[in-house]
Amino acid sequence: MSVFPYIVAGWLLLVGLWGIVTSRHLVHLVICLSVMQSSTYVLLLAVGYRHGAKAPIFADIPSGTQVVDPVVQALTLTDVVVEATVAALLLALAVQAQKRFGTVDPDELGALRG
Amino acid sequence: MAYVPLAVLVPMLGATFLAAARELLSRALADAVSLALGIATVTLCAIALAHSVDHTIVYWWGAWTPRPGGVALGIDFAFGPLDAGMAVFAASLTVIAGVFSWRFLAEVDALYHAILLVFLAAMVGFSLSGDLFNMFVFFELMSVSAYVLAGFKIDQRSPIEGSLNFAITNSAGAILALFGIGLVYSKTGALNLAQIGDQLGRHGVDAVVVAGFTLIVCGFLVKAAAIPFHFWLADAYAVAPTPVCILFAGAMSELGLLGVARVYWTAFAPVLDPHAEALRWTLIAIGLGTAFVGAAMSLAQHHLKRMLAFATIAYMGLFLVGIAMLSADGLAGTAIYVVGDGLVKAALFVCVGIVQHRRASLDEVDLHGRGRDLRLTAGVFVIGSLAIAGLPPFGPFLGKALVEDAAAHGHGLWWMPAVMMIASAVTAGALLRAGARVFFGWGSAGQPDESSDEAEGETEPETDKPHDHTPVLMWLPAVALLLAGLAWGVLPGLADAALRAADRYVQPNVYAAIVLHGAPPEPTTPVSLSASGASYLYGVGAVVGALMVAAAGVTRLRAVDATRPLFAWLRKLHSGHVGDYVAWLTAGVAVIGTAFAITLR
Repeated sequence: MSVFPYIVAGWLLLVGLWGIVTSRHLVHLVICLSVMQSSTYVLLLAVGYRHGAKAPIFADIPSGTQVVDPVVQALTLTDVVVEATVAALLLALAVQAQKRFGTVDPDELGALRG
Repeated sequence: MAYVPLAVLVPMLGATFLAAARELLSRALADAVSLALGIATVTLCAIALAHSVDHTIVYWWGAWTPRPGGVALGIDFAFGPLDAGMAVFAASLTVIAGVFSWRFLAEVDALYHAILLVFLAAMVGFSLSGDLFNMFVFFELMSVSAYVLAGFKIDQRSPIEGSLNFAITNSAGAILALFGIGLVYSKTGALNLAQIGDQLGRHGVDAVVVAGFTLIVCGFLVKAAAIPFHFWLADAYAVAPTPVCILFAGAMSELGLLGVARVYWTAFAPVLDPHAEALRWTLIAIGLGTAFVGAAMSLAQHHLKRMLAFATIAYMGLFLVGIAMLSADGLAGTAIYVVGDGLVKAALFVCVGIVQHRRASLDEVDLHGRGRDLRLTAGVFVIGSLAIAGLPPFGPFLGKALVEDAAAHGHGLWWMPAVMMIASAVTAGALLRAGARVFFGWGSAGQPDESSDEAEGETEPETDKPHDHTPVLMWLPAVALLLAGLAWGVLPGLADAALRAADRYVQPNVYAAIVLHGAPPEPTTPVSLSASGASYLYGVGAVVGALMVAAAGVTRLRAVDATRPLFAWLRKLHSGHVGDYVAWLTAGVAVIGTAFAITLR
């Protein structure tokens, strides 16, 4: 099993974090959070991957065939749903921020300090 | 065993019904339905608690029991009295928050109740779950509904920003936890906590285990608001509707710590137990740091809810110290401390809510002397502040005393009681100072000694204008919560029962045998636990210290001026900027991960 997907997952996690820390736009920030979340998709799918194995759909393959791990795929799907919920909520808040503050730059919100 | 799934399904389906029928329901009907569902959930969780007293209850969803040999493919709820007790507590606080919302939040519809019930369902599910990934899913469900509740007053400025900071920081933390779960799965091929523990125990510690453990623990510590992950909490609590604060401060943050405790004792203890000493010091350092940052920051606040939020952070630090003992007596003390403190803190939040209802303000300076005729509220607030400082025989005293005894006698940390006494004295002192100014008009009115810029933009009232009287549904919860906090401290046999439960909690092999192999419970040995004589001295010491801190704050001693640069520096760190928060989060994970990598080998 190649280490390459793990490197990609780690990279996505860090680059997403970097994006959130330096973001100047809430929509950009939400996308960075999604990038960060996608690192977990890559990680989970890489964990379950078996070289040369089939997709875990047992309808049309003989039993006993080696398949990739279906558990991590289920986890990834759940994870995607969670991420979609969070992203939708955050984008709604970003819209409200634009309405109330007239800006979507986290540097200029500043209603809460100290 | 039908009560187990129903404990989650009743609030969840109830929420669906309320959301679907929201056009048809009047406000009173929505209140009544959600209250009935809340009480039903409390009852179901209480049944679960009663059943789990003697035996860890394992419920396999869809009857997918483990294969012979202990391979769990199904998903289980597995809980003892501590887990079920937390579920009962969270559900009870939800009911109280619902009662308090009745008159406090004038303009909400059934959607508010629906989200409150989803939040409850997630908390109950998280409390009972025996599966690592399901813990994550319930954790996220809890978080998402909490983001919505925090930003419920969406037409005002600060709730938007508070909810954004809360949501982004906590989502980043949850992603880190999920990354850790992925790493653990890659190592063990298991998601069931007992099976993970079983698998990890066969291997030694390696880089993947340490990385997975770090990420999962840090993910939960974000919710528990340990430093340096705590920044979001004050923003979220300051802007959330006060009834929601009761739930946030009493149950949600504590569930983060429950996550740490459960994951450690069920999944990681078999492999990390030889390194318990090193782990203990790391957790103690985080816990005490959190306690003192929270204490100092609550002293620097003038916004009453923000002050209570930092007080919450301070006490979360002390709870973490209790868990850090990594022993049954420390855990038993923490469990009692969490509930006792949660009850009293909820009473304080209700008091602040009453002040807000009557005076349409939350600023200590603005409110100076304006609370003079709120006698009952003043009484509850002052007694509550003394109780969370550690006034015997209130619940927080008992919990704090047991944690102190565990540290001093169990682990030779003789200095710990004194340090915990100082932290709780400073925190409670800040609350007493605010109480003295607001309810008695002590000290001089006018400008505060520190710049109170945090109050700007946060003063938008939740209840638009001051009201003439306090409705019974507001003062009754305050008094009831305070009395419950008192009862919790004097309940006979509570400490013994908590120790028996904690004793089972800290034995991963017993847990694994019951979950994976359906083993019968081991007979529990009778134990007894009570607060030592010295802890009464520390309790009284904390109360005296709190009164001194409050007096110094009210009279504005010259010595207070000398500390101003420290507070200014500390407050500057709490910038309200979400990028800073996530930078702190990243740095914190790196530091804690390095500490674990060095010490856990």
